[in-house]
Amino acid sequence: MTSKGIILSGLEGDRTWRLADYVQRGGYAALKKIIAENISADQVISEVKKSALRGRGGAGFPTGLKWSFMPRAFPGAKYLACNSDEGEPGTFKDRDILRYNPHSVIEGMIIAGYAMGCERGYNYIHGEIFEVYDRFEEALQEARDAGLLGKNILGSDFSFDLFAHHGYGAYICGEETALLESIEGKKGQPRFKPPFPASFGLYGKPTTINNTETFASIPYIIREGGDAFLALGKPNNGGTKLFSVSGHVNKPGNYEIPMGTPFSELLELAGGVRGGRKLKAVIPGGSSAPVLPGSVMMDCTMDYDSISKAGSMLGSGAVIVMDESTCMVKALERLSYFYFEESCGQCTPCREGTGWLYRVIHRIENGLGRSDDLDLLNSITTNIMGRTICALGDAASMPVQSFIKHFGDEFAFHIEHKKCLVPKDVQREGSKIYVA
Amino acid sequence: MLSSESLKKIDQEIAKYPLDQKQSASMSALRIAQEEKGWLANETIEFVAKYLEMPAIAVFEVASFYNMYDLAPVGAKKITVCTNLPCALSGGVDAAEYVKKKLGIDFNETTADGQFTLKEGECMGACGDAPVLLVNNHQMCSWMTEEKIDQLLADLKK
Repeated sequence: MTSKGIILSGLEGDRTWRLADYVQRGGYAALKKIIAENISADQVISEVKKSALRGRGGAGFPTGLKWSFMPRAFPGAKYLACNSDEGEPGTFKDRDILRYNPHSVIEGMIIAGYAMGCERGYNYIHGEIFEVYDRFEEALQEARDAGLLGKNILGSDFSFDLFAHHGYGAYICGEETALLESIEGKKGQPRFKPPFPASFGLYGKPTTINNTETFASIPYIIREGGDAFLALGKPNNGGTKLFSVSGHVNKPGNYEIPMGTPFSELLELAGGVRGGRKLKAVIPGGSSAPVLPGSVMMDCTMDYDSISKAGSMLGSGAVIVMDESTCMVKALERLSYFYFEESCGQCTPCREGTGWLYRVIHRIENGLGRSDDLDLLNSITTNIMGRTICALGDAASMPVQSFIKHFGDEFAFHIEHKKCLVPKDVQREGSKIYVA
Repeated sequence: MLSSESLKKIDQEIAKYPLDQKQSASMSALRIAQEEKGWLANETIEFVAKYLEMPAIAVFEVASFYNMYDLAPVGAKKITVCTNLPCALSGGVDAAEYVKKKLGIDFNETTADGQFTLKEGECMGACGDAPVLLVNNHQMCSWMTEEKIDQLLADLKK
């Protein structure tokens, strides 16, 4: 964990998650400022807009704009939800935020509740990181005991309460409407949009859903100002961002760096490619983002605009690094199995299509590929994309299209020669149990 | 059917949601029930449904949708290994093979003495810690080398 940013910086010792430690680092100053100076909800939202903070969950939607969609004057309950259902292969940043700095998320959510007139919030935490869920519950209790949550926060007339809800093993619940269904105690199957959650969300009430890292960025923006946050990054890509680097690097982990930092610097921070091998490919934004050849990646900077220009997505900031010992067919086979396993089964193109994708890639990997299999794969993806309720179908298709686009030769070799370009022992050596 | 301690925990979960939205606690109620019973039998699911005033089928839908619930008996210790791509690049597959060899079972099997069940998991959100193992859903074990796996299995047998 290395930080040149605002969320994971200054975290020393093993009590950083405690309220007292957070307050010492300047925590809850933003909330206190809002209450003491009677800053209006509109002013809070305009500060967030100024910061150019974009949703850290993957879509990169401007946060201030999202907040302004909430019908604040709408009578009755309004809800806030935090998406900590981090299950996108390659992404593991929210776990560290919640483990080491949970109060930044709590403070961010209280401020968001204030800005949008919500009375209640839920933090939906990925089931597999249950220890983090337990810790978040403890942090919530600390905040309640200190009068930072509940009725009449800090003696004002603003009341807001916050609760933790855990997932229990379903990738799809990271999709915001599936997440709402799951909080309602149902199967996590995405809803049609429109209506959007801002008009029909949790329990049918106006709801805003943001990612953990997005909320954790809010206290800094209010404390130091939107301009200060923007200046940390680059125009239209405000702030610093956490990047989860995994795969064939010497030091996998989370790195919080300014938006716009060259990829080569991030790779260096992560200790470079393992065993002095050559960089082959990078998935820059979580498993759903198109893969890019290493050479293309080395010319990119880490921000929404640069990665999108190169033909991929910054997504959640999950950087999966693959070196020359990687068999791209095998890598894609594993990802396709994941989407097949995690499709919720609601839409036929995704439910059936992800199975087709996996089975065809599986047979190519196992020397049973047919000459027209690549055309077949492309045809399956175009029949899935845009024909489903949520983005999981697209997310399953984009890796397939991009792997074939950039590494088609390797797939063709597999089909023709019934084996891999990369010798098996080289693959094993590259991906064996790794001791940092 | 569930202990008073479990029911107390479920009541705490129900209190997190609006008064008329008891069903929101179904996920945590099933988790608490599974912690007590080891797995979710139909009668356990029916009991949870009755407690939350929900149709049994609605609770069963939840139990069968999320993959950390066990609808069949499992060993005293359930070990789940992540073999997804980021983990596979750093030894996740090796770790799974090693656990299989040590326990003498394949994925979705239980040892003859009923001690261990092995499962293959999907992304646990801890790719930087690969290889990652999860014990009984809640205890995450990071950077699992062969030595650490030996140690873990020895500790779990105690």
